[in-house]
Order: sequence, then C-alpha cells, then structure tokens
Amino acid sequence: MNPNKPASVRPLSPARRDFLKVSAALGGGLLLAFYLPGRARGAGSAAPFAPNAWLRIASDGGITILVDKSEMGQGVMTALPMLLAEELDADWNKVRAEFAPAGPEYKHPWFGVQGTGGSTSVRVGWEPLRKAGAAAREMLVAAAAKKWRVDPATCHSDRGFVLHPKSKRKASYGELAAAAAALPVPAEPKLKETKHFKLIGKSRPRLDTPAKVRGQAQFGMDVKLPGMLIAAAARSPVLGGKLKSFSAEKVKALPGVRYVVEISNGVAVVGTSYWAALKGREALGLEWEAGPLATLDSAGLSAKFQELMGTPGLVAKAIGDAKTAMAAGKHLEADYEVPYLAHACMEPMNCTAWVKPEGVELWVGTQGQSSCQITAAKITGLKPEQVKVNTTYLGGGFGRRFAQDFVAEAVEIAKAVGKPVKLVFSREDDLRAAHYRPATLTRLAAGLDAEGKPLALAIKTVGPSIMAAAFPSAIKDGLDSTAVEGLADQPYAVPNFSTEWVRHEAGVPVWFWRSVGHSQNAFAMEGFIDELAHAAGKDPFEFRRALLGAQPKARAVLELAAAKAGWGKPLPKGQARGIAVHESFGSWVAQVAEVSLENQRIRVHRVICAVDCGQVVNPDTIVAQMESGIAFGLSAALHGAITLKDGRVQQGNFHDYPILRMGEMPKVEVFLAPSGGTLGGVGEPGTPPIAPAVANALFALTGKRLRKLPLAL
Amino acid sequence: MLNLYINGDRYRIDLPGDTPLLWVLRDQLGLTGTKFGCGEGLCGACTVHIDGEAARACQTPISTLNDKEVTTIEGLSPRGDHPLQKAWVAEEVPQCGYCQCGMIMSAAALLKKKPKPSETEIDQALAGNLCRCGTYNRIRKAVQRAALPVGKQGGLK
Repeated sequence: MNPNKPASVRPLSPARRDFLKVSAALGGGLLLAFYLPGRARGAGSAAPFAPNAWLRIASDGGITILVDKSEMGQGVMTALPMLLAEELDADWNKVRAEFAPAGPEYKHPWFGVQGTGGSTSVRVGWEPLRKAGAAAREMLVAAAAKKWRVDPATCHSDRGFVLHPKSKRKASYGELAAAAAALPVPAEPKLKETKHFKLIGKSRPRLDTPAKVRGQAQFGMDVKLPGMLIAAAARSPVLGGKLKSFSAEKVKALPGVRYVVEISNGVAVVGTSYWAALKGREALGLEWEAGPLATLDSAGLSAKFQELMGTPGLVAKAIGDAKTAMAAGKHLEADYEVPYLAHACMEPMNCTAWVKPEGVELWVGTQGQSSCQITAAKITGLKPEQVKVNTTYLGGGFGRRFAQDFVAEAVEIAKAVGKPVKLVFSREDDLRAAHYRPATLTRLAAGLDAEGKPLALAIKTVGPSIMAAAFPSAIKDGLDSTAVEGLADQPYAVPNFSTEWVRHEAGVPVWFWRSVGHSQNAFAMEGFIDELAHAAGKDPFEFRRALLGAQPKARAVLELAAAKAGWGKPLPKGQARGIAVHESFGSWVAQVAEVSLENQRIRVHRVICAVDCGQVVNPDTIVAQMESGIAFGLSAALHGAITLKDGRVQQGNFHDYPILRMGEMPKVEVFLAPSGGTLGGVGEPGTPPIAPAVANALFALTGKRLRKLPLAL
Repeated sequence: MLNLYINGDRYRIDLPGDTPLLWVLRDQLGLTGTKFGCGEGLCGACTVHIDGEAARACQTPISTLNDKEVTTIEGLSPRGDHPLQKAWVAEEVPQCGYCQCGMIMSAAALLKKKPKPSETEIDQALAGNLCRCGTYNRIRKAVQRAALPVGKQGGLK
C-alpha cells in the first residue's frame, strides 16, 4: 500500500478487517496515495501552449495556472488564477493551480525578489496576470481565425472555446493550443472593462479546499522523499549564546539516530524519524556559553524604553510646530506599550533540503523563494540559480516564513549528511527561534482647543528596526518606515503634527509579523484618538468623523461600520462598544467591537468590520481575511506576550503562549465597501484595528483606559 | 511487536513502545493528514480516533494501542466525502488548512455522540483545537451544517 514503508512497520493483512466501521478505507487510502494535491494533471510541462510564465494549455484543454505567490491561507491559489482566467475566458472548471518554481520571471515588482508579503499578491498580480490571460486569448482567437480563414474580429471567446457565429464554427482552446503557440505574443493585449468581468468580483470556491479537508494538501512538514532523514536541532536557550560542548557518541548509538551534526546555531540530530531525532537531542548533554544578552529581561527592557523616551528621536514627519502649539490648549499625554510577539504558525518551521554536487533542491513552505536560493547558495558555494525551490503549502506564514533561519539550518545539515534531510522545529523551537514582532513604547501628546479640536499632536515611538535585519536597503536616511507606519501617516486633521522614532536595538531579533508596524501603532494611535474624544466630551465615532473630512475612504468605512453596528443604540446591559479605523497596505478598515466582562475576563461578543480594498476579486476570501485578521489581532490583544528573563524566552508552547480558542471567537460581520481604483491588500489590514476597538470598548464599559497589550483590567 | 489497526489495515510495528502514534503515522506510514502542531496535546492538530473516540496522536504512545482501532483523516470516509468534509467545503472553512484535519476529526467524534450539537457543545468539543487563521466561526457553521438531515448539507463543489 505504501511504497515508502520501512521494514519496521509491516502490514500483515492488506484486506479490510470485517468489523472495521470505516468502510472502504483501504480503497480510499490507495486512491489518496496516488493523488497529488495542488498539481495539475494532464497539463504539465509538455503543454503545447505556454505563452508566458503563468499559463499552460494542454491539448486536452486542461489549463494550468502557475501561482508564483505562496499560499498560506490568504487565498492566492484561487484569486491569482481568477485574474488570468478572467481575461482568458477560460472554463473555470478546467483551471488547475500549481505552485510556480523559483525563477527570475516571478520576481515581485516591488520587492525585486520572488516573495509573498505585504498584502501585495493580488495588487501586483492584477495587471500582469490579466494581461497574460488576455494575450493568450488573443492568440487563441487568432489561431482559430487563421484556421477558419476569417477575420479575428468576427470571432469571440467563451469559456474555453473560440467561436465564429457567422459560420457556426467552434474550437476548444485545447484544439487550438498548438497553433496558438506558433503565433507572436501580443505586447499590449486589450483588457476587459470591469463591467464585463465574469469571474472577478464573484465568490469562487477556493481551489485548495478539497485537498485541505482530506489531509492531502502537502505542507512542508509532510514532505517525504526516498532515503530522507529527519532532523531536530538544539539551539542556545539564551539569546545569542554559543555552543560550548556536547557528546555525540552516546546519541549516535540510540535507535534511529544516524548523524549528529554541528551547525552554526548549535547541534542537529538526524534520524529515521522525528521522534528518534528528538530523543537523540535530549541526550546530547549540551553546554552553552551565555553571550552578551544573558542579562536581558522584559522589565529591564521596559525601563530602558522609558529612559530612551527622554532622548530626541529621528523626525519622521513634522507639520507646523506641534510642541509650541500644544502649550496653548488642554494637554493630554499617554504611553502605549506592546510586547514581543511570536507568529505561532500552526505548522512549526521546517525545511527539507538535498545538497548534491550539481545543485541544491529545497522543499519548503516559504514566503521568500529568492531568499531561499541565496541562503542555500551561500552555504554550499553554488549559484542561486542552482537551487531549486519546491514551494509547498504553508501552514500559516504571517511574515515568519520570509525568514531564512530554518532554511539555512536545513541546508547546513543536508550538506553535512549528503542525503535529503527534513529539519523540523518543535513548537518550543518555533516560539523561541527569535523572530518577534517588536516590543515598543509609544508616547502621544496632544493639545485640544476650547471646542475640543486637536491643535497639535506629537508622537514619539521607541523600538527596533525590522528592516535592518530583513531588507537593510529599505532604510532611508536612517528611518525604518515600518517603525512609524500608522503613526507618521495618521489620517486625522491636526494642524501641528510630528512623529519621531527613537531606535533601540535590545538584541532581540525582530521580524515582520502580520501587519508589521501597524500592529502596534494602530493600537497607540486609535487608543489615543479615543482618549482625545472623551477629553473633548465628544462621541468617539463623531469625533473621528469630524477629523476625517479630507479622508473620504476612511470616513466611508467608519460610517459604514458604525451604521451596521447600530452605533449609539443601546446594547444589552453590561456590554459596550468601541470603534477604530486604520489604513494599512492600501486598504481602509473600520471595526466596532462589542465587549463585556465575564468574571473579570474580557469577552468580545461581536465585531463589525467594514473594508475598502479598492477592487474586489474573490469576495468571500476578503471576508475570510478580515475574520482571520481579527482573530489574529485578538490573540495579541487578549493573550499574546513573549517575555524574557536572563536572556531566555519564557514561553514555550500554547499553554503559556495562548492563542484565541473557539469559545473566544466573536461573531464577525464583514462589509465590503470597494471604492474602485487602486487595489489595497487584504491579508493584513484586518488585524490593526481590533486591539484598539476592544480597548476603546473596555473604556466605554469600565472607564478604565488600557494602554498596554495584552489587555488586562 | 505491536498490532496496530489503522484505517482498516493491520500493521505489526516494531518500534519502541513510547513512540507517539503521531510519528508512526507521519514518518513511518506516510499518513500525513494527521498534523504535528505542538507535541504536548495543546493544539489538536494531531486528532485521530482511537476506538471511535477523539484522541491526540502526539500524546498516545503506541504501546497503549495494541489491538485498538485507529482512524485518521485519510480513513474518515472512503472518498473524502464525510458530511463534515462536505460541510467544510460548503462553508469555505480552511485558510492555511493545517489545523483543519484535526478539527474535522474532533467534530466527527462529537457528531457520533451528539448528532445535533448545540453551539456550546461544539465550542466545548473543539476547545482543544487551535486555528491560527481564526476560522472558528466557519467551523462552527460547518459542524451545524453537517448535522443537518442528508440532502440539506450542501456538498463538494
């Protein structure tokens, strides 16, 4: 039944047991064993028509669309093919999506490398993928017209066919594929008018769902190759520590252990199963040398932030003279503080690598294919183009899978062993392999005039730079814009305004975390605006609305969310509402949260969410991404904190790094309000507004202003 | 040597008795629908049925499984068309999808005991299953849909 079955596990009887309740399980198993999810069948590389990097049309009419973005739950495996299929006039039922390989043709136009992040996939795919479909369609029409000796203008296309109504002729794309391939690719194909869209704008079932509910979708964790070994690595428990000693001999003698390999970050045990590798790791007798970060602790970091708040920062934005103007009015000042956060993707980090003399092959759920090539090339001395990247499904990404730590370690181990090796992080490894959302402290100060209008707003935030580690070239004039995003570009009309950043590198590695700087800055900004509203004696919704006169998109989603939530109308006793609005990744999102306290525990009952992402491709996916962004933000708002003591991360698993559970999930109602024009992202913008919306609701409920995450009364 | 019955197949297993079922399924048998999420029974991604009851494969040493029946997501239904799997498709539940097999296995065990669970009963039965994508509301709806009479459940599209 299973070709990879080792001798230690033998099926004695291939026949089904009589009393087994699960009928036909064996048949199902056989069926599954030969089904390759996410892979197109009948439309592979032998397809006669491959006019561009994204499309293959086989002679049987099968259409394969290559997806050059990673599918981590955000729906690109469906939304991107929709863009191409729309202009191709393809029969959607014949469309199969396949992950693209790594290659220069798939370079992200904004990043300069192949990768998925920044809520950009549909935004950057919008034009090239539609053009790819339109060009292919024109070629198929031209091929048919040539065959029939008619004017192409008298032909049209519909669901996988070219038709010539006058002569009642009809040919399928499959039949035309070979002839179309011989024609020149039009450089500027004509795109449809929005009103003629048949696929775009209507909810399409996600193509990856059936495989995901059957356990057939292949994640990096599920990769299995002939002769593959599995590795667990030990890393310093103290951030920045170095390996002092370990004993390999005893470990090598353990059942299932094949190799013990020293790597840059520590030691890896390589075995025939992950369990064997884990048992081996426990027996390594490791000793570590604590480095310069051995005294790091969260309380000390917090005090350091306060100290640095008194020092001048880099000015990210200045309008008028906030400091002088502030003195004239009623003065308010508040500090907002957030902790480090881990991504805690459900699938712990992992990577399978095979280093051969002629090249490296990787199987990995990654957000950064080009980075993987560069990482493997550096370690092996090969060229990046000699590194083949097989992208699997990602069991969550949230920015974490842009990082290269797990890829580099896997390549190091595989290089040493000479066999394919899958490196698997335990949950503890995953939470402690420091790539955290920065901890920050943000001080906001404002002056209000006699009518309660803001005269001035001065913001200073203290925190590290993410870009310094990730993309140093993105730092301009010393400023990492991710540190101040959502602050420096805040939308409210304030005549005197400034934002400063005090950079502080505590030594804790930081990284992109769903919505990046917005994740903490929206909490500060939208919390403080709420404070100003109350100080001005105004309704928080009306106060915001009045200051958003020059921001029609912000105002529209704010008004929509408020209207749908019944803002101002009574709620059941013991409940209160809070509101927040925030722009990130080109989309405006407003949320109203309804909260109560149950035995002093914060309970979020319902969230109303309005989003303007410009254009809508797959509506249900946008709804799903808002739901997801809210859940992600709520985990952080209610539970999330990575803390340090003696240079060690104190959390290790879901008992001390809890994420939102089923019973805590509020009802979520999402309203799409696309204003047309430029597209915005949807993967991240749902996250930033929820923490302030909940904190603001708790203030309305209790009169207590919470300025620290996770929220605690 | 242990006798293990998995999805209707009988296996003789010659591995240390403390080996968790999870790693036998995944690394030895290639049944990778059962996922590794935490290794401590805290996330539910590895939920399987043992003699019909939901259990965490990562917390189940194979020594406890002699002559017991194990069902994984691969064996839940012959063609991946269990009412829950159909409902999951109809409600468009999965995002990244990593937790969903464990969710479905937990929900399937619930429906066997309580064919018409209340919302609270669903929440309680799935309280130990984590979803980082936050698909909980759709999961709840999908379980409710699967509990509807046949014909009203919707189906695989």
